[in-house]
Amino acid sequence: MGALIVCTDLWKIYRLGDVEVQALRGVSLEIERGEFVAVIGASGSGKSTLMNILGCLDTPTRGRYWLDGQDVGSMGSDALAEIRNREIGFIFQNFNLIPRTSASENVQLPLFYRGASLREQRTLAAAALARVGLAGREHHYPAQLSGGQQQRVAIARALVSFPAILLADEPTGNLDTESSRDIMVTLARLNREDGLTVMVVTHEADIAAYAAREIVVKDGQIVSDRRKAPVHARGG
Amino acid sequence: MGAFILLTVLTAFRVLSRNRLRAGLTMLGIIIGVGAVIAMVSIGEGAKAAVRAQVASMGTNVIIILPGTTTVGGVRGGQGGAVTLTVADALDLKKKIPLLTETAWAKRDVMQIVYGNKNWNGPVNGVSPGYLTIRDWSYTSGGPITQADLDTAARVALIGQTVVENLYEVGEEPVGSTIRIKNVSFKVVGVLAPKGQSAQGSDQDDILFIPFTTAERKVLGTQFLGSVGALFAATDRPEDLPEAVTAVREVLRARHRLQPDQPDDFTIRTQVDIGRVQEGTGQTLTLMMFAVASISLLVGGIGIMNILLVSVTERTREIGVRMAVGAKRRHILIQFLIEAMTLSLFGGVLGIVFGILGARATTVVAGWPTIISVRSILVAFLFSLAVGLFFGLYPANKAARLNPIEALRYE
Ligand SMILES: Nc1ncnc2c1ncn2[C@@H]1O[C@H](COP(=O)(O)OP(=O)(O)O)[C@@H](O)[C@H]1O
Ligand SMILES: [Mg+2]
Repeated sequence: MGALIVCTDLWKIYRLGDVEVQALRGVSLEIERGEFVAVIGASGSGKSTLMNILGCLDTPTRGRYWLDGQDVGSMGSDALAEIRNREIGFIFQNFNLIPRTSASENVQLPLFYRGASLREQRTLAAAALARVGLAGREHHYPAQLSGGQQQRVAIARALVSFPAILLADEPTGNLDTESSRDIMVTLARLNREDGLTVMVVTHEADIAAYAAREIVVKDGQIVSDRRKAPVHARGG
Repeated sequence: MGAFILLTVLTAFRVLSRNRLRAGLTMLGIIIGVGAVIAMVSIGEGAKAAVRAQVASMGTNVIIILPGTTTVGGVRGGQGGAVTLTVADALDLKKKIPLLTETAWAKRDVMQIVYGNKNWNGPVNGVSPGYLTIRDWSYTSGGPITQADLDTAARVALIGQTVVENLYEVGEEPVGSTIRIKNVSFKVVGVLAPKGQSAQGSDQDDILFIPFTTAERKVLGTQFLGSVGALFAATDRPEDLPEAVTAVREVLRARHRLQPDQPDDFTIRTQVDIGRVQEGTGQTLTLMMFAVASISLLVGGIGIMNILLVSVTERTREIGVRMAVGAKRRHILIQFLIEAMTLSLFGGVLGIVFGILGARATTVVAGWPTIISVRSILVAFLFSLAVGLFFGLYPANKAARLNPIEALRYE
């Protein structure tokens, strides 16, 4: 079995009138199951663009991408939706919970689109919320939760469908230091205990420190890719 | 898919109930449109049923033959001219056409009827006894005019309820009393059972019958003895009517010695024709109301489309999130279509309720008969569903075609 993610020579070019923006310029990458990867780089370096392509929300202008052995590059929008539903868990900087909808229902959403029964949805959502330390908050609305709690609901939503990989784009960008640490510890624990593959995009070095592999992106290219000891391992 | 639809419907209810005022205002067009349709159709149906009942009460097996030709527009001409129908015509029709169970003749004029020191202007009808049978009159007291009355030109009269009310004290028995018409005294031999208003709205109980022979000799006068105002014929079964009409025309044309190129000098009507004309008027009215209601539904539909476009814009990020977690285009499409249809259906149901109340109110206030048909409710229901579907399609499609990344980034 090959790596979970294999991509070769990914290009993403935006055309804004006469101006051409090369957001990605030939990115090749492999990620194994169970890895905890941080992608760091300055703002505008192409991290989100890469993340969106890996998450099947976007397609590259050029290049090939295999997710779990499937050639994602050739898929239509329905097939991509299916992949997102089964293989990908997204975590966004601004949480992106559906307002005035309970924590449980937010977490149920991927299962809902998978056609699971309501009972299965509720049971799995409760379990996922428990895994991120939010047991008993099922019926809270986003507005009744702190930023850190909202992001943990988002993590629960990302992992409820047992995806192949969690993709987090600046997950701590809107959080204070305390909550940020909280989120990163949660992600690290899910990676360590459940073997979940995690990829975190960030521009902060101390967030990247939680990962065991650090990929540096600059001007749409990978300029460094190294394995290292994660911070919690270092700390004991 | 079942669970998906069910939960989507629940979500739609929740989303709409969050913005009750907005949802209510959006539904207003549909409510008014559907309400108007239901109310109008039930008024129309009520009127139609009333006409039908009238026609049936006057006998669906009756042929009326009037003197004079019919112009293209359906207006009778030559009424003041030569009298073209006679008692002999009636007798000959009866003899020559076995299908006819009865023929009768009548003439009428409005005259002063005097009783004691009271008087009343009412239509005085000279009739043959068969007329009373054909028109199915019955009696609250006394009995009909007989063949003997006709033969002897007896001075006897039957009077309707309206005449009774205007000439007699409450509780006074008219039968046996004497009234005068044109200084001729008549003995009242019967009081007619009330029939109420005719389909045309005239009072059928404002009536007085005397023997035809008495009428032409002593009261109404005549150009020549035996000329009649109208002939009546009845068949046993309504199905026989068309054949009987053809036979009547042939016999009369032969008797009147009309050449093939000459038009009829008489006009044949059946109650079915009369009813049809009236129903036609009702239908035109219903059709006009339908147009008004359609415009209302159109406006309602546009309102739904408008509010849904606003909703799609407001919830762009939500749509992005749904797509990110695996919603396919059709899921988003269905979600917004269901919201549109929930709005229009709810509006439709409220419209049906208001329409029924409106129809009831019309009956109570204006006294018009109304019939609430299950069919019109069903049609209104399906129509509002269709309006939601049709006008929801554009916004829903717009939502479904959003690019997930742009939707997620939308502020
Ligand atoms: N939809 C788009 N249209 C045009 N340019 C874009 C679009 N999305 C991203 N870009 C450009 O691509 C580059 C990379 O953006 P992005 O991947 O968001 O960077 P990062 O996430 O690292 O901050 C930036 O220069 C950005 O302006
Ligand atoms: Mg970014």
